[in-house]
Amino acid sequence: MSNELLKVENLEVQFKSGSTVTKAVNGVSFTLNRKENIGIVGESGSGKSVTATSLLRLIPSPPGHISGGKILFEGKDLLTLSDKEMRDIRGNDISMIFQDPLTSLNPVFTVGDQIMESIKLHQKVSKKEAKQKAIQMLQLVGIPAPEKRLNMYPHEFSGGMRQRVMIAIALSCNPKLLIADEPTTALDVTVQAQILELMKKLQDEFNTSIIMITHDLGVVWEICHKVLVMYAGNVIEYGTVEEIHDHPMHPYTWGLLDSQITENIEDHEMLTTIPGSPPDLRQEIKGCPFAPRCSYTQDICFSKAPEMVEVKEKHFVACHFQTKENRLNRKERSTHVRAVVKS
Amino acid sequence: MAESQAILQASDVVETNERSLFKKLIRNRFAAFGLFIMLLLILTAIFAPILATHSPDKMNVTKTLLGIGAEGHLLGTDNYGRDIFSRLVYGARISILVGLGAVLFGAVIGSLLGVIAGYFGGKFDSIIMRIMDGLSAFPFILLAITLMSVLGQGLLNVIIAIGIGNIPGFARVVRGQVLSVKQSEYIEVTRSLGAKHGRIIFHHVLPNSIAPLIVYATMSIAGAIISEASLSFLGLGVQPPTASWGSMLQDGKNFLVLNPHMATIPGLAILITVVGINLFGDGLRDALDPKMKV
Repeated sequence: MSNELLKVENLEVQFKSGSTVTKAVNGVSFTLNRKENIGIVGESGSGKSVTATSLLRLIPSPPGHISGGKILFEGKDLLTLSDKEMRDIRGNDISMIFQDPLTSLNPVFTVGDQIMESIKLHQKVSKKEAKQKAIQMLQLVGIPAPEKRLNMYPHEFSGGMRQRVMIAIALSCNPKLLIADEPTTALDVTVQAQILELMKKLQDEFNTSIIMITHDLGVVWEICHKVLVMYAGNVIEYGTVEEIHDHPMHPYTWGLLDSQITENIEDHEMLTTIPGSPPDLRQEIKGCPFAPRCSYTQDICFSKAPEMVEVKEKHFVACHFQTKENRLNRKERSTHVRAVVKS
Repeated sequence: MAESQAILQASDVVETNERSLFKKLIRNRFAAFGLFIMLLLILTAIFAPILATHSPDKMNVTKTLLGIGAEGHLLGTDNYGRDIFSRLVYGARISILVGLGAVLFGAVIGSLLGVIAGYFGGKFDSIIMRIMDGLSAFPFILLAITLMSVLGQGLLNVIIAIGIGNIPGFARVVRGQVLSVKQSEYIEVTRSLGAKHGRIIFHHVLPNSIAPLIVYATMSIAGAIISEASLSFLGLGVQPPTASWGSMLQDGKNFLVLNPHMATIPGLAILITVVGINLFGDGLRDALDPKMKV
């Protein structure tokens, strides 16, 4: 069994509406090994979620369609599978946790029904066995009195509990890959920590790889081995967590890092922001997509799109000025747009 | 653990969902009245043989056009000497049968079409909904008359004709509901678990679209009862001598001056029934609407 679980090559996803074409994902490539976690980060609209949902071929079609690339899962190209073969993979080999636990559960069925549904979809088990398994899963995700909870409806659960149920559903068939689309965004901070802790614990137990989509870099440092930084449908930086954390290279990644709250931030200091907003993906982008917002731009940035370059081992960057012979120096935080408010 | 205990206890309080729906209905006085009328109608239809004082179809030429209460006839007799009260009671059977049957027919086919149109969208949606538009372009009664003349007379054909007229309404209501439900995240979750379309539709989309469907169906029963009465009035409904409120109206209209109660009594029966069902439907809509929680 090869160690490589998932290999995505040049994935392209487009949304068509009338005559306009939105290039939501534009040539994304990465590899994921067994038991390894990758974080996909980027701001809203950067194509993180579309990338993740297209791995399961779940983007709404029409208007969306995967217009190019390969998704090799254990060597099989998921894009060539029939609908039936794809259904067998969904929930069984690859499953997904969604952002909002409050709306992810069907309000008219009990929690138990919904956990059992995924078990019964993929395993030939009796109702009784499915129920046993559901109780076991609830126990595993830390829900007390699972026998009683099984017969309750989603509205009787809190947000954190519901996300635990979602994790139970996602892991009930022991998937090899778990795609988590901002699983902690809708939860409050203490619950976020619990859910992350739970995911780490269960990963060890189930030997699952995780694709973690988030805009919270803290989450990435916490559980991921690799990071993919996306901007406007493109991967702009890709490498190991250590590399990206210690030696980030792309000005956009710097911006993301600077906009985080860190422990050495001063009192009343405003957080740094990246000025401007992401480009309109309906229009053809000439040059580097980040150029209009970058504070390091030169002429070439507006005329030629930078290629992905391996600057160090396992560290790729798409920037004209981060090649081996050509290095930018990261500006101090204070030289970015920043305002200090004195009380 | 203390926290989870508290959650468990709190959840015991919530288990009263269905009861509170009924309570809400009863608290609304109009809905309660509507429910009373509907129950009365259903009981009358079921126990018609016991309630009726005479055979509904038995003619007696010596006792035609009797007044209310005359000679043991509670509501008098018609021009053939048939007991009006007994005909009214048996007529309730036809009304209920056609009302429920036609709505069931329309609801099943209409919902199926609506679900396909809403869920799959695209070409399915365009084709199905354009056909529905075409169907609803005909005035309801004209459509029913056309269908009746094609199908021929008879109770079953009345149900089918009125049922077909009900299809577009149901298709629209269900399609609209499905369009909103299918956007829900739990539908995407179910898809991500590898469920088939059929399973998603019948286990997840339909149960979440059912509330407006129930209200619409209730209201449609009233419409179907009126349609049946209209068809019978026009002589296209159930075959004489079977008693139907519509055909009683038809018989009565020739004696409006001489014997006005022959027409007014079945007319009142239709009026009260339809008002009752509509009031009940309104109450049901309010009770099922989460935004109107008291």
